[in-house]
Amino acid sequence: MALGGHLTTLAWPTWLTAYCRNILRTEQSRIGGSDSKSCLSKGGGYHFPPCHILNICGFSILLDCPLDLSALTIFSPIPASSKASSLDKENPSCPNRSGSSDLEEPMVRKRQKVEKPLDADDLIYAEPWYKTVKNLHLWNVSFIDVVLISSPTGMLGLPFLTRMKGFSAKIYVTEATARLGQLMMEDLVSMHLEIRQFFGPEESSFPQWMKWEDLTLLPSSLKEVALGKDGGELGGWLSLYSAADVKDCMQKVLRLKYAEEICYNSTLIIKAFSSGLEIGSCNWTINGPKGGVGFISSSIFDSAHAMNFDYNALRGNDIIIYSDFSFSDTTEHVESGYDNSIPTTCNRSSLRNYENDCQELAKSLLNVDEGLEERDKLAFICSCVIDSVKAGGSVLIPISRLGIVLLLLEQISTSLDVSTLKVPMYIISSLAEEFLAFSNIIPEWLCKQRQEKLFSGEPLFAHAKLVNEKKLHVFPAVHSPKLLMNWQEPCIVFSPHWSLRLGPAVHLLQRWSGDQNSLLILESGPDVDLALLPFKPMEMKVLECSFLSGIRLQNVEPLLKILQPKVVLLPKDLKQISSLKSNSCSTFHYCINETLRIPSLKDNSELEIATDLASQFNWRNLKQENINMTRLKGELCVDHGRQRLSTGNQESSESRPLVHWGSPDLEKLLVVLSNRGIKATLGDAFGSESESASLVHVHDPNQALIEVRTTSTVISTAHESLASIIFEAIGSVLDGV
Amino acid sequence: MAIDSLVLGAGQEVGKSCVVVTINGKRIMFDCGMHMGHLDHQRYPDFSLIPKPEPDQNFDHALTCIIITHFHLDHVGALPYFTEVCGYRGPIYMTYPTKALAPIMLEDYRKVMVERRGEEEQFSSDHIAECMKKVIPVDLKQTVQVDKDLQIRAYYAGHVLGAAMFYAKVGDAAMVYTGDYNMTPDRHLGAAQIERLNLDLLISESTYGTTIRDSKYAREREFLRAVHKCVAGGGKVLIPTFALGRAQELCILLEDYWERMNLKVPIYFSAGLTLQANMYYKMLISWTSQKVKETYSTRNAFDFKNAHKFDRSMIDAPGPCVLFATPGMISGGFSLEVFKHWAPSEMNLVTLPGYCVAGTIGHKLMSGKPTKIDLDKDTQIDVRCQIHHLSFSPHTDAKGIMDLIKFLSPKNVILVHGEKPKMATLKGKIQSELGIQCYDPANNETVSISSTHYVKALASDAFIRSCLNPNFKFSKSSQEDEHGSNSRNNNSTPRLRVSDERVAEGVLVMERNKKAKVVHQDELLLMLGEKKHQVQFAYCCPVDIGNLGETKSSTTNDGQLCKSETCSRLLRQLSAKLSNEFSQGNIQDFEDHLQVESFHVSICLKNNCPYRLMDVQNKSQEAAFFCCSWGMADEKLAWKIISICQNLNVHQHKQGCL
Repeated sequence: MALGGHLTTLAWPTWLTAYCRNILRTEQSRIGGSDSKSCLSKGGGYHFPPCHILNICGFSILLDCPLDLSALTIFSPIPASSKASSLDKENPSCPNRSGSSDLEEPMVRKRQKVEKPLDADDLIYAEPWYKTVKNLHLWNVSFIDVVLISSPTGMLGLPFLTRMKGFSAKIYVTEATARLGQLMMEDLVSMHLEIRQFFGPEESSFPQWMKWEDLTLLPSSLKEVALGKDGGELGGWLSLYSAADVKDCMQKVLRLKYAEEICYNSTLIIKAFSSGLEIGSCNWTINGPKGGVGFISSSIFDSAHAMNFDYNALRGNDIIIYSDFSFSDTTEHVESGYDNSIPTTCNRSSLRNYENDCQELAKSLLNVDEGLEERDKLAFICSCVIDSVKAGGSVLIPISRLGIVLLLLEQISTSLDVSTLKVPMYIISSLAEEFLAFSNIIPEWLCKQRQEKLFSGEPLFAHAKLVNEKKLHVFPAVHSPKLLMNWQEPCIVFSPHWSLRLGPAVHLLQRWSGDQNSLLILESGPDVDLALLPFKPMEMKVLECSFLSGIRLQNVEPLLKILQPKVVLLPKDLKQISSLKSNSCSTFHYCINETLRIPSLKDNSELEIATDLASQFNWRNLKQENINMTRLKGELCVDHGRQRLSTGNQESSESRPLVHWGSPDLEKLLVVLSNRGIKATLGDAFGSESESASLVHVHDPNQALIEVRTTSTVISTAHESLASIIFEAIGSVLDGV
Repeated sequence: MAIDSLVLGAGQEVGKSCVVVTINGKRIMFDCGMHMGHLDHQRYPDFSLIPKPEPDQNFDHALTCIIITHFHLDHVGALPYFTEVCGYRGPIYMTYPTKALAPIMLEDYRKVMVERRGEEEQFSSDHIAECMKKVIPVDLKQTVQVDKDLQIRAYYAGHVLGAAMFYAKVGDAAMVYTGDYNMTPDRHLGAAQIERLNLDLLISESTYGTTIRDSKYAREREFLRAVHKCVAGGGKVLIPTFALGRAQELCILLEDYWERMNLKVPIYFSAGLTLQANMYYKMLISWTSQKVKETYSTRNAFDFKNAHKFDRSMIDAPGPCVLFATPGMISGGFSLEVFKHWAPSEMNLVTLPGYCVAGTIGHKLMSGKPTKIDLDKDTQIDVRCQIHHLSFSPHTDAKGIMDLIKFLSPKNVILVHGEKPKMATLKGKIQSELGIQCYDPANNETVSISSTHYVKALASDAFIRSCLNPNFKFSKSSQEDEHGSNSRNNNSTPRLRVSDERVAEGVLVMERNKKAKVVHQDELLLMLGEKKHQVQFAYCCPVDIGNLGETKSSTTNDGQLCKSETCSRLLRQLSAKLSNEFSQGNIQDFEDHLQVESFHVSICLKNNCPYRLMDVQNKSQEAAFFCCSWGMADEKLAWKIISICQNLNVHQHKQGCL
C-alpha cells in the first residue's frame, strides 16, 4: 500500500504509528545457556507482556507497562554456601549437576568449552533491582496521553511511570485487573522489604554490582541479562518503588467495567473486552472518527476461570494489532495442528456468505479443545502432588498465575479427598487472603461455568469452603505466629515468588531442596537452571509445567478471518503466517524498537448533520451529470468520537452561489436577461489584453456593462437591484454553488 | 423519526411495570411485571397490544429484546409467563444480581400462589428455569450491542441489589428507562448514578412524586430503639419481610447495632431461603454501597455473625429474640404462623414494611390499631403486641426525581409507576420548572414523541481542518464581549476584542449512487474537474469634489500633482469615514487603495474606465472617481460603501459646519 499522498493531512493525522517493544523470548532463552527445551519460554508472555506505544488521531497511547521479573534470577537471595564451592569451579563436571545433565543440549555444551558453567557464586548477592522496559525511559512521559493496561502483570511497572515528573496520562484498567495488579504490586513491595531487611540499607543510591568493573566480571550469560545484547539495557534497572508509589499510582488509575465505553478527549472511544488470560485481563478497541483499532493481547478462547476471549467484540475494526507473543512457545503444537481442518475451511470461504463462514470458523476455533488439554495438565500435576505427599514429601508450588492457583486448589483438594489423604494445604502470601476473597465476588469477569455457580447460589470457587473445613490455611508470611502453631509436614504450599528470588518460596526451597521426596512445581521459564542455581545441590524433584498463555498459532488465521480487518499488524516473528490467504487485508510486521507507520485507510471521516440544518439546504442541480450540491454552514463539534455539524448561531447562509465554473453562452445570457425584462445588446469584443473579452451592454432599465472573459465576468452598474438580477442571470448560464 | 412508548403496565398506578418502546424500528420491552393486587387477567400486562409485523407471527418478530431493571415481582413477575406461555424466545437482558435473584422471587411467588392459595399455576418451576436460561447478564456500564443498531447500557439505580436504569440507543435516538431508583444511599446500597447523556426520552418512576423525605437515619434510630426496648424487656421481635433486599438491609443495621451495644440476643432467619439469599449477597457485594463493598476481604458484611437459622420448635421457646420471617405483609406462610403465637403478648413487637397490599394482615395492622384480627371465620387473633411501622422505602422522593430529570435534561419525560394525582402534580412541576415536555399515560396508551436524527455524510479532511482553523475576528467595540480579549495584537487600542468563532463552511455534494460528501470550497473544482469562472462586480463611482477641488486649485499650479494629492486625501477621508461607519469591519489601507473584505476601492485615473457608465459620466466634469470592484459575498457591504462614497462630500461639508 502506498504511503505517499497523505502528507497534507498532518493536522488531522491519518498516520497511525505503532512503536513497540517486546523482548523477544527466543533471544532470551539463549542467554541463560543451560536449558533449551522448545517449550521453555511458555509463560513468558504471561509474566512479561509486550509493551507498545500507539499513536492515533494525534494521541499517544501506551499499551501495558510491565516489569521483567525473570531478570531477577541474576541475583542470589542467599549467600553462596562457602569458599569450597569455588574449588569446585575448577572442576567442570560438578557432581551436583549430574542429575540434570541429560537435559543439556549441544548449544550449552558449546558454550561450556568457552566458559565454565555458572555457579551460585557467580550470582549477584545484593539487594535486587528491577528491570523495566528500557526504552520507556527514553520517552518523554508527559507526551503520553493514555495508558491502557491489559493484564495484572502488565501494570507492575506502572508506579515507575506514574511517579515521574510530568506524567499526566489517563490510565484505564479494568476494575478486576486494577485490584489484582494492586495486590501483586503490594505483594512485590512487601517481599522486597523482607529481603531488604536482610541486606540492610544501601550505602549509596548506586549499587556496587552496577559499577562497570563489577559488571565486566559477570559471566557472559548474566551480563546479557543485566545489559541486554547491545549493552543498552542497564538503564532499565531501577530499585523498587515504594508502597507509597503504589498507592499514588492506584489513585491515578481509572477503573473500567466490562465493555464500559470511555471517551477520551471527545475523540477516542475506548472499550475493554475480556481476553480470557486472567480474571480482568482484556483486549481493547479504540475508535476514532476515522475508524477503529482492535488490540489483541495474549488471549485464551476457552478459559477454566476467567471470562473467555470475546473476539466477536473486536469485529468491525479496520486495524487489528496482534500482540499475542505466546506463539513463539507453541511450535510443537503448530506441527501437530496444521493437519486440522482449518486451512480447508478458509479455502472454501469465497462461495459462502460471511455469517455462515464466521460460525464455521468460530466452531473450528473452539474445536481445538484448549480447555481439555489444560485440564489434563492440571490433572497430571495433581497426580504428581499426590505421589509426593504419599511418599512423605512436601510440595512447593511457587506459581503466581492466579487462575492456575485457583484451579489447582480445587483439583488438589479433590484429589486429596479421593485418596483420603489428610495433608494440609497452605497459601503463604501477603496477597492471598484478599485475593481469595476477591475471586469469589467478581462473577462478572469469570467464565460461563463459574457464572452458573452464581446463579445457582454456590460459591464461585471452592476455596472458601476449604478454608472453613480447615483443609486450606492462609497466612501472610512464613513468620506468622499462627503458621508456626499450625505447621504440619508433609504439606502442600502455594507461595510466591516464581522467580525464586523473593518471598516465602526462598525459605521453603532452602528447607526442602535436600529432600528427594519433596516436589517443586515450576512454571517453565527461559532458564530454570539459573533460577535453581542458588539452591543447589537439589535433591528435590522438579516438575516444570507450561500453561496455555495465548492464542495457538494455527488459530491466528481463522481468527483474523472472523475479524475481517483491513490492516493487520503482526509481530515480525509471525512472518511464517504472513501468507494470509485473505486478499482483502494488508499485513504489516512490526519489530522491537521500531516505529511502524500504518497508511491511512480513509481520506474521509463521517460527519453527522443536524436535521434542522439539513432542512435549510438550498440544493442546486448541476448541468452536467447527476450531481446536486449545496453550500453548508454551521458549527462543528466532536463528541464521543462523532463529528457533528449543527446550525450554530450564524444567520442563515447566503443562498446565492459564490463560486462559479464553466463558460457562459452569451446568446443564452441575452435570452435570460430579456426574460427578466432587461434589454441588452451584444457589444464588440475588445481584445486589447492578452485575453479577449466580450461585452454585453444593458440599456434598460438602467445602464450596465457585462464584460465576459473565458474565466471571469465583471458586472458593472450603479444600480444594486440591476446588478443582482444580472448576477442571477449569469449564474443561470454557469454552474455554481 | 419518532419514539413510540406503549405503556402496558404501571401507567398511573403501581404494579405490573411494562413499557414497550419502539425506537427507530427496534422494539424494546422494559420490564415485564405482574400486579400483586389483581388475581384475574389484569395481573399481567396485555401483551396482545404489542404491535406485530404480521398478525399471526409470534413475539420474537415483534420485540428486539426485553430488559428487566430489577428482581421485584412488579417488574419481573410476568416474564416466565411471557417467555414460556406466550412463547417469546428473543434475548432478555438483566444485571448479574437480577439474574441471580429473580428466580428466587419468582419461585417464592409461585409457591405462595399454588401451595397456599391453591390457585392454578400460571407457570411452573421449570418455566422459571427455562426462562432464566434465555437471560443475558450484563454488568453496569457495559455497553451491549444487542444487534447492529441497538445499543443498551445499565446504570446503577440503588433501589435494590442489582437494580439498574437502562439506556438504549438506536441510530441517533436515545432514551433511558429508570425502573425504580433511589437517589440517596442507604445502609447497604449506593445512590443511583448516571452520566450526562443526550436523551430524547426519559421514562421515570414516580412512586413518591410529591413527597420530600428527610434523613433516613432518624427513622433507623427509631427502629433500633424499638427493637432494643423490646428485647431488653425479654420480648420477641417479628420482622416479616421478603427474602431479599429489606431483610439484608435490616440485618446489616441490627448486626452493626448489636456489635456497638454488645447485645447477645439471637437474630434468626426463618427458613433456609433467607440464609441462602445471604450467599448471593456475599458474592454480589460489589453491587452494594462503597462502605459495605470494602468489607469483602476482612469480613463480608453479609456474613452475619449473630444470624442463625430458626426452627419451628423455637417459636414458643422462652427468652428474647429477633426473627426475620417470610413472607412480608404477613400474607400467610411462616410469618403468619409466628404472628399467631406472638401477637397476644404485649412484650413482643411486630415491625411492618413500608407498603402492604390491601387484604393482608399487614395492611390491617397498619390501618388503625386493631385489638383483634379475624383470620378466617373460626380463627381470631388477639393483638396485644407492639406494632412498629418501618417507614423507609428504597424509592427516590420528588426532589430526587426532579434532580435526575434536571441532570439528564431529556427532551421528553414519561412518568410511570405512581399514583395518578401525584403524577399529575409532578408532571405540572416538570413542565413549569424545567420546561420539559412531560406525559403521564394511563395503561395501554401510546405516547409518540419525535427523536433526534442526523443526516450522515462523508467529510473531507480539508473541510474538517478548515472547521478547526481559528477564525479570529477583531473588533473595536466597547460592548461586553464574552470571548476573552486578546492582548497580543500590538497596534491596537486596549479596547480591541478578538473573538474566535469557528465556522464550518463547505459544500455538500451528492452524486448519484455515491455517498453524500462534504468538501471545502477550494477542493470542489478539483473534484469536479472544472475551471473556476470568477464573477465580479465593478463600478467606477463618481464623487463630487467641488469644494475640495476649488480650494486645492487655488493653492497649487501643477494640476497633476494636485490631482494625486487630492486622490490620496480623498482616500484617507473615505478611510476615516468607513472606519467610523463600520466599527467591526476590517479596513485595510494600502496607500493607493482601500480593501474591505473583497471590496477594493482606488481612485480611478483612467479617462475612459469601462466601468464608468454613460449615464453618470455626464454628470459633472469636476468629479473624481472611486473605482470599486467586489465579489458577490460582499454585495451588501459594497453597496453601502458605494453610497458612502457618493455622499462623501456632502458629509464632509456638514461636518465642517459643525
